[in-house]
Amino acid sequence: MHSRIPRRLRRTEACPVGRAAHRCALPAWVGLCFALLLVPALALAQAVSDPTPLQYRDAAEEARFHALAAELRCVQCQNQSLADSNAQIAHDLRREVLQLMQQGRSDAQIKQFLVERYGEFVLYRPAMEARNSLLWFGPLGVLLVGAGTVAWVVRRRSRQVQPMGESEERW
Amino acid sequence: MSEPRPAARPLPPVAIVIGVLFFFGLLGLMVYGVMKSGAPDRDILPSALIGKPAPAFELPVLHDPTLKVSSNQLRGAPYVLNVWGSWCAACREEHPVLTRFAETKRVRVIGYNWKDEPADALRWLEQLGNPFVLVLADLEGRTAIDWGVTAAPETFLVDASGVVRWKYSGALTQRVIDTQLLPELDKLDRAHAQPHTPPPPAN
Repeated sequence: MHSRIPRRLRRTEACPVGRAAHRCALPAWVGLCFALLLVPALALAQAVSDPTPLQYRDAAEEARFHALAAELRCVQCQNQSLADSNAQIAHDLRREVLQLMQQGRSDAQIKQFLVERYGEFVLYRPAMEARNSLLWFGPLGVLLVGAGTVAWVVRRRSRQVQPMGESEERW
Repeated sequence: MSEPRPAARPLPPVAIVIGVLFFFGLLGLMVYGVMKSGAPDRDILPSALIGKPAPAFELPVLHDPTLKVSSNQLRGAPYVLNVWGSWCAACREEHPVLTRFAETKRVRVIGYNWKDEPADALRWLEQLGNPFVLVLADLEGRTAIDWGVTAAPETFLVDASGVVRWKYSGALTQRVIDTQLLPELDKLDRAHAQPHTPPPPAN
């Protein structure tokens, strides 16, 4: 019976935040756990992970890895790159990307690997396709329409405006 | 600025109409964007696997790691795969909803214990109840990448031939089950009823 109480405490400590909380004194701990219970309900909390850092074989591989990871978007913290994100899944994907690299896959193959699983979203520079051509060429189209309108207005005005007077020439 | 410019000819009505339409078009786009940005699921990515075969895998069973289950063994009848972890607060939140759904026995509900300590996972199930017919354990999270899992909880519907039909990211609610999962299951039933006799029992 006596041993049950500490066990229960230990159980609740392993709440979504991970294992960082166990050194707090009890009152602070209670408050912290309450606060932390409220926050991660929406944030989809994180899990057990392998703490060993990534092992690069040489500097060139490390440079290639960083360049590639900066090109890929984290699938959870969506405004961060895979290189920047600290989300659990980003850790896992970095490990996976390095592993694929060490298996001799090219950057294009690695991108394809991720696109097959997570969709085009992972690419900061998606491939040009008919489906997303509006994104690629839309801005250019809008620019052309705008330029056309300006040209039309200017030509229309130049037909009716007199040559500039002295006072206007100054500015 | 000093001299007033000669008044321009009034614009032709067509130009005014186009301009006004353009303005309201942009306004509409803005309102749409603002409304979309308030949606709670705005960050959720559509699964790249919908309509494609579920990834091939072989994973140990949580309750008996010597036992391995492969994706082929799950074929023959549809199943719902629920990705969870004892570390995940939202999974605890969806647990009663999932349990209620599993108890209807509409479809096999299989648990996917993702990056969890097996002891913690087992205790979680013991405390809250185990709604799953089978729980697969993916300690490393390697297979989860093949499934395109980004965060727990996530729920997949896989049909009898092993094709992913539906996915939901985030905690299931009764509303999601009623408006999305059940209609998908009905669709599977209808598709299945036409060519064959009822699905053979799995395993």
